[in-house]
Amino acid sequence: MKIDLILCGVGGQGILSIAAALGAAALRNNLYLKQAETHGMSQRGGDVVSHMRISDKPIHSDLIPIGAADMILSVEPMEALRYLPFLSPKGYVVTNTTPFKNIPNYPSEDDIMKELKKLPNVVIIDADTIAEEMGSKRSMNIVMLGAAAPFLDMPYESFENGLRDIFGRKGDDIVNANLAALKAGYDFSMKNRK
Amino acid sequence: MQKLLLGDEALAQGAIDGGLSGVYAYPGTPSTEITEYIQGSKQAKDRKIRSDWSANEKTAMEAALGMSYAGKRSMSCMKHVGMNVAADCFMNAAVTGVNGGMLTVAADDPGMHSSQNEQDSRYFAKFALVPALEPSSQQECYDMAYEGFELSEKFNVPVMIRLTTRIAHSRAGVATRETKKQNEISLPKDPRQYVLLPGIARRNYKKLLSIQAELEKASEESKWNKYFDGKDKSKGVIACGIAYNYFRENYPEDKCPYPVIKVSQYPLPRKMVEKMAKEVKEIIVLEDGYPLVEEQIKGFLAKEPVRGRLDGTLPRDGELNPAIVAAAFGLKINPGADIPAVVAGRPPAMCTGCSHIDMYTALKEVMQKYGTGRVFSDIGCYTLGALPPYGVINSCVDMGASITMAKGAADAGLIPSVAVIGDSTFAHSGITGLIDAVRDKSPITIIISDNESTSMTGGQDSSAVGIIEKVCEAVGVDPEHIHVLLPLKKNHEEMVKVISRELEYKGVSVIIPRRECIQKAVRRKKKEAKEKKQ
Repeated sequence: MKIDLILCGVGGQGILSIAAALGAAALRNNLYLKQAETHGMSQRGGDVVSHMRISDKPIHSDLIPIGAADMILSVEPMEALRYLPFLSPKGYVVTNTTPFKNIPNYPSEDDIMKELKKLPNVVIIDADTIAEEMGSKRSMNIVMLGAAAPFLDMPYESFENGLRDIFGRKGDDIVNANLAALKAGYDFSMKNRK
Repeated sequence: MQKLLLGDEALAQGAIDGGLSGVYAYPGTPSTEITEYIQGSKQAKDRKIRSDWSANEKTAMEAALGMSYAGKRSMSCMKHVGMNVAADCFMNAAVTGVNGGMLTVAADDPGMHSSQNEQDSRYFAKFALVPALEPSSQQECYDMAYEGFELSEKFNVPVMIRLTTRIAHSRAGVATRETKKQNEISLPKDPRQYVLLPGIARRNYKKLLSIQAELEKASEESKWNKYFDGKDKSKGVIACGIAYNYFRENYPEDKCPYPVIKVSQYPLPRKMVEKMAKEVKEIIVLEDGYPLVEEQIKGFLAKEPVRGRLDGTLPRDGELNPAIVAAAFGLKINPGADIPAVVAGRPPAMCTGCSHIDMYTALKEVMQKYGTGRVFSDIGCYTLGALPPYGVINSCVDMGASITMAKGAADAGLIPSVAVIGDSTFAHSGITGLIDAVRDKSPITIIISDNESTSMTGGQDSSAVGIIEKVCEAVGVDPEHIHVLLPLKKNHEEMVKVISRELEYKGVSVIIPRRECIQKAVRRKKKEAKEKKQ
């Protein structure tokens, strides 16, 4: 198996917490992993991307080749579109709907939605609202991970165990809140996948 | 079990396990996480490994050389342009040689993700005639630091480890090894080894030249350099550091028809290259950064065609990736959909609530009177003052150049000239320029935008905290013309007034708008709240 995943958003949105949970899940399954991150200047509100590669065989490149990604997982709708050249024709786009408007020329949200809806394999999820309704606004990222889970070739339990590994130190309440967020995202995708 | 580590972190762990006694560094993307990892490591703390930040890369490397002089294993870390600052020490440390093993880590940034150029640090290693190691994986980052000290001690020279952004900031599983003891303190056997008077330097230099053949032999035999045979001799491939991965992405070992040399230790293993040249029709060189290997082998292989960045087979500039390498071999690439036209660029920006914003808003208003083209700036978050809606600054060149360029422009008659520099950059390389300006009574206004932090790299401690006014006064700035301001919206009028007045003063003025970095303040408050809870 192999998963080539483009994780994207805006600097400060915390996409690296998704990467950490996925990484922990992959390690649990004794898989190989490479994950290239954006650090430095772009973290100041610029677009950020992480190339995440998981495989049962050794991985060569730290970067995903163009046209080869199995998924674009974006916590911001416009950012999901920025990386389309990386997506394989069979690949999925899973994106949050909440725009992050820190530039004066941010396009109209309708135009962005139109582009997203044109895609053959796409899940558009309002992860912020789902997280907020569950009483934990900060678990938006984990809702997104849950929404991605049905399309990633790993058992659901390994995502749960990944979260336990990462949040275990913070106590049962935090672990359970994140497990619930994961489930909420997962259920949404199962219901709404095209 | 394997640890999941960034290339930077793997290197740091390798150095700790390899017997490191002290790391010296100034923060700089993509090298910062090496030192941060050691600062945060309990193991390093237990082993009393010295790890605080240095004022700049030169002071860092000199301290590392001093620790090596005393027999212990030391390391200095910097981004590629930091090598320019430290070059005086680096070039001469090759001539003094070392006592304890000494590693110099230079993290290059091809593609300029977070830098002002994409210079290739391998040239510095070649220039100084010392070995360079260039990892292609996080495991090699670990192993090269772990074993690099011994290489340095064996040949009595500093050893460079050259990283690039992709390897520095990419994570993978790394297997660690048993921890070595730190060296005991010991003086160099020759008490004059480090005294580079001409007579001694000439002797040391001859010695350095005499070991070059051995260094080349070490590269030929290195486990990090490898020759893979191939049936199809129409091409041979030389792939250096991370470029090897991009090649293997296209041609995995079991599906590669061509002979391949993986290069991760320099000087270049010349015999390997000559063996390949005899067998193949042409050689393609894959290297991230400048065409160093390509140029070098063109020098000693007269008849073989050598392809690479110089003949356009690969682009002359920018970062490599799997697609660029595929194109060099004529492989078909199938990109996904185009980026829709609706997608707008999202450049980095100063944070909401940032003190630099209040400073620039005031400065912009004042400068309207004088017109554009008079503000020299420097390297840090405040460089973003070049972008809209500010568009206030006219230069960003090298650490500390704001003050000295403003001085030079004022000498030429551009009066008033203004310098904008951050607190950490001021401590790094601004103070010496200020001394020049005071000596010449240059009519410049220096704004030290003090957010009490090295922010662009993630909020490391700044060496300037608590000393800026004292330093300015001590080097001769008239205290009447040193002003500390609180950059807030409500103080806008006062800031405009002070800056306007000082621009009219025909001597050196220093204005210090001081407010803690907003990111650092948030982190500090979170930490304080957490500590209160416990």
